Amino acid sequence: MSMFQRLVQTHFRKVRIQSVSLRFGLVYSALFISSSVLFLSFVWWGTIGLLEQRVRHSITLDAHAMLTEWTREGILGLENLISNRLAQDIDDNAIYLLSAPDGKLLAGNLAHWPARLDSPQSWQTLPVLRDGQLNLAQVRIWTLQGDYHLLIGRDISERTQIQRMLTDAMLWTCLMVGLLAVGGGWVVRALFRRIIHSINRTTLAITQGDMSRRIPVSGTGDELDDVALTINQMLDRITRLMDGVKQVSNSIAHDLRTPIARARAELEDASNSATSEQALRAAIDQAVINLDNVTGICEALLRIAQIEAGTRRSAFAIFDLATTLRDMAELYEAVADDHDLELHTDLPAHLSFWGDQAMFQQALANILDNAIKFSPPHGTISLSARELPAPLSRNGPAPSALRSWIAVLA
Amino acid sequence: MRVLLIEDDQTVRNFVAKGLSEAGHLVEQAADGKQGLALACQDKFDVIILDRMLPGGVEGLHILETLRREGNLTPVLLLSALADVDEKVAGLKAGGDDYVSKPFSFSELQARLEALVRRNRNEAQPLTKMNVGDLEIDLLSRSVRRGGQKIDLQPREFRLLEFLMRHTGQVVTRTMLLEGVWDYHFDPQTNVIDVHISRLRQKIDKPFEHALVHTIRNAGYMLQE
Repeated sequence: MSMFQRLVQTHFRKVRIQSVSLRFGLVYSALFISSSVLFLSFVWWGTIGLLEQRVRHSITLDAHAMLTEWTREGILGLENLISNRLAQDIDDNAIYLLSAPDGKLLAGNLAHWPARLDSPQSWQTLPVLRDGQLNLAQVRIWTLQGDYHLLIGRDISERTQIQRMLTDAMLWTCLMVGLLAVGGGWVVRALFRRIIHSINRTTLAITQGDMSRRIPVSGTGDELDDVALTINQMLDRITRLMDGVKQVSNSIAHDLRTPIARARAELEDASNSATSEQALRAAIDQAVINLDNVTGICEALLRIAQIEAGTRRSAFAIFDLATTLRDMAELYEAVADDHDLELHTDLPAHLSFWGDQAMFQQALANILDNAIKFSPPHGTISLSARELPAPLSRNGPAPSALRSWIAVLA
Repeated sequence: MRVLLIEDDQTVRNFVAKGLSEAGHLVEQAADGKQGLALACQDKFDVIILDRMLPGGVEGLHILETLRREGNLTPVLLLSALADVDEKVAGLKAGGDDYVSKPFSFSELQARLEALVRRNRNEAQPLTKMNVGDLEIDLLSRSVRRGGQKIDLQPREFRLLEFLMRHTGQVVTRTMLLEGVWDYHFDPQTNVIDVHISRLRQKIDKPFEHALVHTIRNAGYMLQE
């Protein structure tokens, strides 16, 4: 890869929108912002709501005292109470107004009834003129017996100020939250990218052929270490398998070269120095035998490849292993006899087995061949099979397995 | 007999054609699928040797299927480098009568060809008794006699003899015996068949004056008077 390409690639990686790390960062920011906003609005509504509740509570208390006074002492008592309350009002936020049926104002600290008034017995927030100042107030009006009207309220200009302050604070906080979210998102993204990149670097190196590379393990035993360890184990296994393949191909090359070399040598020798037609024919026949060996090896290799690739899986079926083994033993019994060997079988009547029968016969033929070839004379070859209680294969419908196949006893 | 040989590789074609001509057969040759199919449809042959992978867009199995669809029952021996058991099964299913995988020995091919043609001629009459010289077998009672003398054979030995009798006067290769008598489709490394033949000889030939089972060098065996 050229320097230019690499530069372009890193550049694009930085602005790439389809990036998991960026997505993680954005998700983090969104979560942080939404939870902060939720929390702040809860505080805002809580504070403002509490203040309003307190105002209403004190108005209700006032009203209760006044109505009691009205019942007990009449209109005069009520007038006195209002004057007392106004005199004792340290916070200077209480508003009272008492009017007669004819509209004449009897007591209170308002110059006239507020201009905008809805039906009595409901909470209202409206501007009132008090001591020459127009302030916002929360009020409620009670109609007394004999069509007297009583207005009780609280100046809430102070609360409005608090509300404004609080809103300002909230806005600033939101700004801070936004900055923190972006910063946090950036940090999360960077963290994530570091993790991914350490894995990516290693796998990239392996893709380019450096099989010795491994993902660094921090040793803290966290999930990332788990992933790294699993990937490293996988790599170890792949390396082992590759070594195995290398070994197999080396031995294949050897096995193929030997008969080819032999055939070649014989033909060359015959071509150079054979004196009679008979000698030539013998050399050619021998070369044909060697070539047949090469064919046999090729077939065996193809079979191994098929087995490894799992393509023979389609040939898997249920068959009676006991019968197969018995037939095989019958075929080879004569050969064993010929070699002064005894072929002893110990097989059940039936043994249902799931597999590739042709492959099985082939494998068994090879084993019996070798057993006969390499056993000293007068020995016994025993072939036995039995069903295992525990299934070896989880895929097969008939979970039985061959346990001990063959033992060659001298 | 008349043989149609459809094979694209020139060396193999010449090798087979030469061998068959020397054996006294009449050989027509085709180098690609189109030509082969045309010849097979035009003329009548005793047997067709058919390669599977052919140039010219007409594949071997396609030729075979076309012939069978048109009611042409000429025996077909498939000759192919596709040596897998599954491929053999596919070839036989498509209507092939026998399958020889490359590389092959000429004697194997010849023996199988002759067996095919013979089978095709004999198919009509079902046999209950067969005899070669003074050896006779009864397929119903499964008994064997030679010169009036009863011979006891194991079931497998009987089947081996039966197979040889059915191919009297023909070369039978070891692979043919392994397939026909044991139904095994692999190549055993050792001389398994030779051992079984020698056992059979012990029973049917040894006590008698002249041998019926003959060894054909580099090919197999033949049962002949």
